[in-house]
Amino acid sequence: MQHAPTVDAAHETNTGIDNRKLLMWLFLASECLFFGGMIGTYLLYRNSSVEGPYPTDRVIDGVAYSGLFDIPFTSVSAFVLLMSSVTMVLALAAIRRNDRRGLQIWLAATALLGMTFLAGQVFEFTEFYNEGLTLNSNLFGTSFFVLTGFHGAHVSVGVLILLSLWVMARRGRITSENAMNVELAGLYWHFVDIVWIVIFTLVYLLQ
Amino acid sequence: MAGVMIERPAPTVGEALRRMREQGATYQGVWSWLTTIDHKRIGLMYGATAMFFFLVGGIEALIIRLQLARPGLTLVDPDQYNRLFTMHGTTMVFLVVMPLSAAFFNLVIPLMIGARDVAFPRLNAFSYWTFLFGGMFMSASFFTGNPAGSFFEGNLGAPDGGWFGYAPLTLNQFSPGTGIDYWAFGLLILGVASMAGGFNFIVTIINMRAPGMTLFRMPVFVWMTLVTSFLIIFAMPIITVALFQLLFDRLFGANFFNVNAGGTPLLWQNMFWLFGHPEVYILILPAMGIVSEVLPTFSRKPLFGYPFVVFSGIAIAFMSWGVWAHHMYTTGLGSVANSAFGVSTLLIGVPTGVKVFNWLATLWGGSISFKTPLLFAVGFIGMFTIGGLTGVMHSMVPSDYQQQDTYFVVAHFHQVLVGGALFGLFGGIYYWFPKFSGKLMNERLGQLHFWAMFIGFNLTFQPMMILGFLGMIRRTSTYEAGLGFGLWNMMSTVGAFVIAFSVAVFLVNVVVSMRSKEKAGADPWDGRTLEWAIPSPPPVYNFAEIPQVKELDDHWAKKYVQNEAGETVPAMVGGANGHDEEEDEDEGGHNIHLPSPSIIPLIASAGMPFLAAGFIYWDNPWMLPLIPVGAVITLVGVYGWALEPATE
Repeated sequence: MQHAPTVDAAHETNTGIDNRKLLMWLFLASECLFFGGMIGTYLLYRNSSVEGPYPTDRVIDGVAYSGLFDIPFTSVSAFVLLMSSVTMVLALAAIRRNDRRGLQIWLAATALLGMTFLAGQVFEFTEFYNEGLTLNSNLFGTSFFVLTGFHGAHVSVGVLILLSLWVMARRGRITSENAMNVELAGLYWHFVDIVWIVIFTLVYLLQ
Repeated sequence: MAGVMIERPAPTVGEALRRMREQGATYQGVWSWLTTIDHKRIGLMYGATAMFFFLVGGIEALIIRLQLARPGLTLVDPDQYNRLFTMHGTTMVFLVVMPLSAAFFNLVIPLMIGARDVAFPRLNAFSYWTFLFGGMFMSASFFTGNPAGSFFEGNLGAPDGGWFGYAPLTLNQFSPGTGIDYWAFGLLILGVASMAGGFNFIVTIINMRAPGMTLFRMPVFVWMTLVTSFLIIFAMPIITVALFQLLFDRLFGANFFNVNAGGTPLLWQNMFWLFGHPEVYILILPAMGIVSEVLPTFSRKPLFGYPFVVFSGIAIAFMSWGVWAHHMYTTGLGSVANSAFGVSTLLIGVPTGVKVFNWLATLWGGSISFKTPLLFAVGFIGMFTIGGLTGVMHSMVPSDYQQQDTYFVVAHFHQVLVGGALFGLFGGIYYWFPKFSGKLMNERLGQLHFWAMFIGFNLTFQPMMILGFLGMIRRTSTYEAGLGFGLWNMMSTVGAFVIAFSVAVFLVNVVVSMRSKEKAGADPWDGRTLEWAIPSPPPVYNFAEIPQVKELDDHWAKKYVQNEAGETVPAMVGGANGHDEEEDEDEGGHNIHLPSPSIIPLIASAGMPFLAAGFIYWDNPWMLPLIPVGAVITLVGVYGWALEPATE
């Protein structure tokens, strides 16, 4: 063993990695399999719907269907979510130098960007619904709503965590000593963001 | 490492130890069990609950065996039969073998690595309560949800889709009622419990080892727990996805498995077995770990080829991800896929065989003492090997085409799950019972238990192999006379009751041993690993002083040295030998701070059954409010958790 004998086993770990951070990494690794299963199902069923509406423009038996996907709109909401990762990084950087005001600002910004993304998803779901796509209408509806819905649920949990941290930060209960709380939330947030990049690429862009 | 001086901080121990003792005195009563976050108590609760479900699953098995004892019996009708074998399988896999393994993770792992508790004690309690609620929720389905009528008119509401729940057979159309919903939500809840446990034990093993306990000084059981935990956290999310898809189809009319909408039944089968095959290693690897501890102790020899046993365990875990389609040869995947999975399945037999030979070599030339734990371990090797070899037979595609859905398959997996996993786990109970109760289990009753179980086991399951070859199909509630099945089925039924007798002997043994006045002492088996270095039962804080580990089998090495002639002789006094019962009152220098008891984990897990019930009955306005109720309970739990300080 390279490290010095531990005096207090509860605080020093064998690897030097904080227990909670390791837990978060393991959790995210296992989440990869969860989203992997969901995305895999979507890809398996991509061209299997026996009736419309369809995600993209197509002509079947002489009938033209206009696609539901609005790539420019979803690109903007994907960009919003991507930017929220930047503000998350800034929040962590702020508390690491003990800048509590900066922490509050950037946490709030991240949560707001997250909520903007969610609002975009609600809008998109509503649009699709109005154009006749439901959970029941076809395989596209089923696999699309369940996949993006579970992602949205993850973003919502993230927003809840960010708002909770923001309240704690406002009460001055987050300092550079327990910045780990912010770091963990950040890891989760970046993960949810990356999953969206994958979904956006495989579901929306790849035709 | 040797010669490093331990610099001790200012003595604070007197205070801490005094507090521990006072806490120990008040640490009783029901409330203390509800709020406990002590890994040892959680382990005991896991074990007791798993034993309860073992009796439930066993009674289901006995009913099945009575029904099949003679041709054409009508003890249960086909519908009841379907529900019984579904619940028997699901119960034994998810509510008996997995939690029984979890019981050993909890009881033994922190002791083996020289830690005071797991990395996240409250999360650990959360795992247990979630498991308990999930198991109760699923079992509650017996009493509800059969459209044909009530439980008291003989209409069981339990799921009827088999433990693998093949969709679309589990859709509303083919499986009406709420049985499958309870099954799916129950498995989701149990998955949360298993994953929380998996995360916890990985972090514990990676991060909480005593100084000097490098990865390759860890006992094999610790290694197998680590490997199993990784399998759990990667396999469970896959079944979670499949169960969510099934529930969306059943509850909200989605189309995942709707063939008319273009869905494919193979989606479920692929997802289920991609989870399901790692799952069978989740069931067997902990038992392999236990056997790898028991054999060296009772042979008084180190485990033969320690690195090979460890690496073959890791190899099995990796390969277990590439064999799932051998459950699906007859679905028409094509000969390329079938051949590839046939080859990978043959290959996974190699590391398994490596382990078997290492175990045999451990016994070879040892001073063997055939106590009950060793009997079970040796029984494990023999029975598991037969199970493994029948598995190799299944891996060959043409042969599997004949065996698919026959009793040969039933015989095979009971051979590995009962003769393998359960024998190993019973061996573990006899092995570690003295550590946690302070009493040795009665040896005579133990021997009776083993031999009755061994004979009963073979009488039950070997005839099934013959039945399989004769062509008897599984999951069929009866059979006609004149097919030549009668004799073998009768033997199997008699065997099942012999197993039941052996379990009764075991339960009597537990009671008799608990009431015995004879104390086991800290190290009754002359053990090799760290848990035997502390008193039995261990104090709340486990180790008064965190041990310094210098080698594999460190506890043994502190007790014995080799003299010039190369013989193993007891170490001179002054080694760690006299350490056992010492209270270390005035050693000074260790600030024992244990996390405080908490009711929060129980609250956090209590919301899930409400949420599940709310979703199952969401179209009933009286039941719908269960969803917000469950959500509020969960949120109270989560926020309470975040805000409650971990230690006082």
